[in-house]
Amino acid sequence: MLSNPIFFAIVIVIVLAAIGLVFGLVLAVANKKLKVETNPLIEEVEELLPKGQCGACGYAGCAAYAEAVVLNPDVAPNLCVPGKQEVADAVSQLTGKTAEKVEPHIAHVRCAGSCDKAKIDYTYTGVKDCGAANMLHYGPKACKYGCLGFGSCVSACNFGALSLGDNGLPAVDAKKCTGCGACEKACPKKLIKMQPTAAHVKVDCSSRDKGAAAKKNCVAACIGCGLCAKNCPYQAVRIQDNLAFVDAAICIEKCAEATCVGKCPTGAISALAGFETEKVLAKAN
Amino acid sequence: MTQYILLFVSAAVVNNFVLTRFLGLCIFFGVSRKLNASIGMGMAVTCVMTLSSMLAWLVYNAVLVPLGLEFLRTLVFVLLIASFVQFLEMFIKKLAPALYSMWGIYLLLIATNCIVLFVPLLNADAGYGFTLAGFGMSAVNALGSGVGFALALILMSSIREKLDYADVPKPLQGMGIAFVVAGMLSLAFLGFSGMISV
Repeated sequence: MLSNPIFFAIVIVIVLAAIGLVFGLVLAVANKKLKVETNPLIEEVEELLPKGQCGACGYAGCAAYAEAVVLNPDVAPNLCVPGKQEVADAVSQLTGKTAEKVEPHIAHVRCAGSCDKAKIDYTYTGVKDCGAANMLHYGPKACKYGCLGFGSCVSACNFGALSLGDNGLPAVDAKKCTGCGACEKACPKKLIKMQPTAAHVKVDCSSRDKGAAAKKNCVAACIGCGLCAKNCPYQAVRIQDNLAFVDAAICIEKCAEATCVGKCPTGAISALAGFETEKVLAKAN
Repeated sequence: MTQYILLFVSAAVVNNFVLTRFLGLCIFFGVSRKLNASIGMGMAVTCVMTLSSMLAWLVYNAVLVPLGLEFLRTLVFVLLIASFVQFLEMFIKKLAPALYSMWGIYLLLIATNCIVLFVPLLNADAGYGFTLAGFGMSAVNALGSGVGFALALILMSSIREKLDYADVPKPLQGMGIAFVVAGMLSLAFLGFSGMISV
């Protein structure tokens, strides 16, 4: 029967067409039956977001946050840090939620151990990457909590707000920093923290070593002496693991003089830009 | 039973798809940068391979063999795999959104990949007939091949994650060193050859 070439060709075409038709029909039915309804609002919200894909909101990218904020009533509309108040207002308008004020944040490098202040244990000649240097005896610095200075945070910044200074430490450009926290995640030492821009003082050290050891490794270290905590009239500073911590909420709300800055023997607490350091120091003395 | 175990080991290790037969190399190098991604990809490929070769076995033995149209198998299998992956994507998206968020991006990459096509072709050539044993052999062969691919991918990505911190000479950085590593892995897998002949 199949010896006739023309007949044979027709059979091939019919078989292929039939198979194609069956698959096509299954797909068409599946497309109808298995259709997933998507809310058009999600796309609208996604359009509004800055598309930095920084993940500061706690979701895997802007699309994921847009979906969560539209579908889940418990997700706040003001989680987008780089978008600031503008985006929060627009998102809350679209989703019908009330936005609380976005607290603007800025990256703060909690280390002042520049090349001339921190002791170096060995010369590192490997890959210029903080993660790699950290794998070799916690990096070349004697202080194992200190900044390695290879700029992993600089390359992680999507907004060009960080630069590696001459002193071997990253500097934050307050105008460009959106407070998204990408650098915080990139730092193997976990010494970059986001803090409210309204905060008055910052602790420029992350060392949890005891006073003598910390001082031996770096002259700029916090030695955990507790003078700052004792002299703060509002109990905003506390010492934990030989390191000073400032409660930003109390500090912003109550403090106007920043007594702690003048009291620190190693200069590990400094006033933030915008807060007049000279005046504060003069008052303290 | 012994037959099935031998076939599984042979497909997964001795005749490893990537390291012995050199198939699926584009995903092997493309997705082996991160361990997490390679685990997801490995699982997706294993699943698609097994299900699609079961389906291909049915179509081949129920339609093509009785009509004497075995030579059309490549064309039919391509059609079958592409439609099946499309269907699977819709199915998972609807019924298991969590799984979809994990696999979704890999599924469409697999649709046009040579390794998924190669298993049904291999099964057809091996002559696994229209019997329960034939079906079992086809499925085990596909499962073994998928597991072998996942194994190769996970091995490779674990090594490449470590390589990120290695002091690689500049001309070899990136893909260059990945090719060298793949060659060495392949040499190591050569040691399995001849252990089992199915």
